[in-house]
Amino acid sequence: MDLGILAQQIFNGLMLGVIYAMIAVGFSLFFGVLDIIKFSHGDVVTVGAFSGLGAVGLAGGLVVFSPALALAAGLAAAVAMGSLAGILIGRLLVMPLRHAPAVNVLLATLMAGTVLRETIRLGVPNGGNPKPFPALLPSGTIATGSFSVGIDSVMILCAGLSLVFATHLLITRTRLGLSIRAVAQDGEIARLSGIDFQRVVLGTFALGSALAAFAGCMLGLYYREINFSMGVLLGIIGFASAVIGGLGSLLGPIIGGFLFAGVQTLVVVLLPFSSAYKDVVAFAAIIVLIGFFPTGLIAERRSERV
Amino acid sequence: MTKSRLLSLLGGAITLCALIDTPAAAKDTVKIAFIGPLSGGNSAPGLGGRNSATLAVQQRNADPAAKYTYELVTFDDECKPNVGIQVATKAASDNSIVAGVTHYCSAVGIATVDTYARFGLPVVVWGAILPEITYGNDFKEIHRVNGTMINEGKLAAEFLTKQGYKKFVVIHDTTDYGKGQNKYFAEYLKPTGNEVIATFPVSPDQQDFTAELTKIKELKPDLILVGGLTPLGVRLRSQMDRVGVTAQLAGVSGIMTAGFLEGTGAAGEGTVSFHNGAPISKYPQGQAFIDAYAKAGFREDPDAYGPFAYSAASLVIDAIEKVGPDRKKVKAVLNTTKGHKALVGEINFDGHRQNIVNANVYVAQDGKWVYWPDSDYAAGKKKLAKN
Repeated sequence: MDLGILAQQIFNGLMLGVIYAMIAVGFSLFFGVLDIIKFSHGDVVTVGAFSGLGAVGLAGGLVVFSPALALAAGLAAAVAMGSLAGILIGRLLVMPLRHAPAVNVLLATLMAGTVLRETIRLGVPNGGNPKPFPALLPSGTIATGSFSVGIDSVMILCAGLSLVFATHLLITRTRLGLSIRAVAQDGEIARLSGIDFQRVVLGTFALGSALAAFAGCMLGLYYREINFSMGVLLGIIGFASAVIGGLGSLLGPIIGGFLFAGVQTLVVVLLPFSSAYKDVVAFAAIIVLIGFFPTGLIAERRSERV
Repeated sequence: MTKSRLLSLLGGAITLCALIDTPAAAKDTVKIAFIGPLSGGNSAPGLGGRNSATLAVQQRNADPAAKYTYELVTFDDECKPNVGIQVATKAASDNSIVAGVTHYCSAVGIATVDTYARFGLPVVVWGAILPEITYGNDFKEIHRVNGTMINEGKLAAEFLTKQGYKKFVVIHDTTDYGKGQNKYFAEYLKPTGNEVIATFPVSPDQQDFTAELTKIKELKPDLILVGGLTPLGVRLRSQMDRVGVTAQLAGVSGIMTAGFLEGTGAAGEGTVSFHNGAPISKYPQGQAFIDAYAKAGFREDPDAYGPFAYSAASLVIDAIEKVGPDRKKVKAVLNTTKGHKALVGEINFDGHRQNIVNANVYVAQDGKWVYWPDSDYAAGKKKLAKN
């Protein structure tokens, strides 16, 4: 294979991987602090994308904004709405049910996701239709030989990687991160040490959901189109990535996200005729890997829980 | 005047008024179903079709010579076969509905033929182009006013070869619709001596095509044929630039929608499409339809298949006018349709109740689908992409 084409496929895999990783990190954060799986996470991605689109439209309608300011408004709205959705789900569904069997939380959050999805479908004008997302990043392409990528793609990739890295710093270097890690290690001891348990848990929900909402906006900028059901498969992929990487660790879901994207890209490169089965192959690979690494690639006992 | 005389006069006047009003009020209401995608990625042609069928009903209701008052009952099939079967069952099991104007999406159209046959509801397909909808069965209930992908695929292979394209890649969705397009295009490309160098079957709701497009970039085809509907076409066109694929893009009528032009913006310029209808202005009644549509104040355009939905609704109404609101009789009349003057030309059903039509070439030019012979591309002012 031509080197440029190979580089391009690697770039495609990285783009997908960073989006999956951002969603997967949320799953890991929630599992870390409360040992729960929040299945509405994929739909929070959609909430972020639609909030971003709404804010960009509103900003453009009220004041003539530069694309950069419109983008800032869109991202701010996405992060705010995503965090709010995370806090509400955490406060109203997860906290009251935290002593109930895990399956109850799983079911409640799954239903919350359906509520979010249907609210978007019914509440947004013509919400059932895909919406074109405006191009707010600089256009133009970087081309070297047969390798060519859009400048906007590079910016999205850098933003995604920076955000994941920033989350890592937040968890490992800040006071809030210390509190989150303390709650993740042992909630009771953390409480005895004076940590506001509920605040830390809700803070974690806000953080994970904000990441997902940001990923939703980036998806809109990348594909130039969003739709109300885009979060369903993304949520499942994000969860699978988190599980295979190692739920409860921060590095695990990132590795899982890139692994999933890598398998998907590899299927198309090696077997183009089976392109339609790339999700099937990727999920099958995850099943096999779970067989070999039941607690994820970064096993919990060897890693510090977030 | 005595009180009793006054009362009898008043009674007489009321009776007279009632008698005068009788002819208008006595018309029976006849229900016709319209089924198409009213939400989702293919709602632009769906809403255009619904509006056009509504216009046919409104015009007939305004005609004093009409024997019945018509009511269009609309159903949203969301372009999903499972939803399509649900709404088809709902329409077909409602005995007050006499006939249907049904389906834009082929995957839904083929899934529902059994339902209509089982319940004995005569329907006229207004958009779905999968040949099997009429040719794959012998259900007397199923009719189609528009052409099939056989016409469109044949024209695509011939036209694109004539334009000098030699190496083709097909990306098609894995529904019957996408698979059919791949089949007929490849079949008619073979006699021209050219070849499809790679075929990529993809899921209809797949979002990311960068891996496929990068593979295509390596293969260096002259042309990419999209075997899918608007959402697939939009995503593909948008991501071609991202990866740097410069091949020409073409697709049959599934992408020939306002949604494709809106979704792709400037990138859509020069995309070629094939459609089994001629431009509306080329039909004798075309201008009258355009004027009436504008006057009716619909929010959406009729889109590419609106004239077929209008013609299908008119055909059904004519049949009901002839034999009354009886499913079996309407079916019998529809079965023998020959030389029926409609908006989209003369409708003649063959042995499989399929109207015979020719396909035409269109190109996206300055944000509109333009009939190829009238375009700047045919005049040589603009050029299609050539690798």
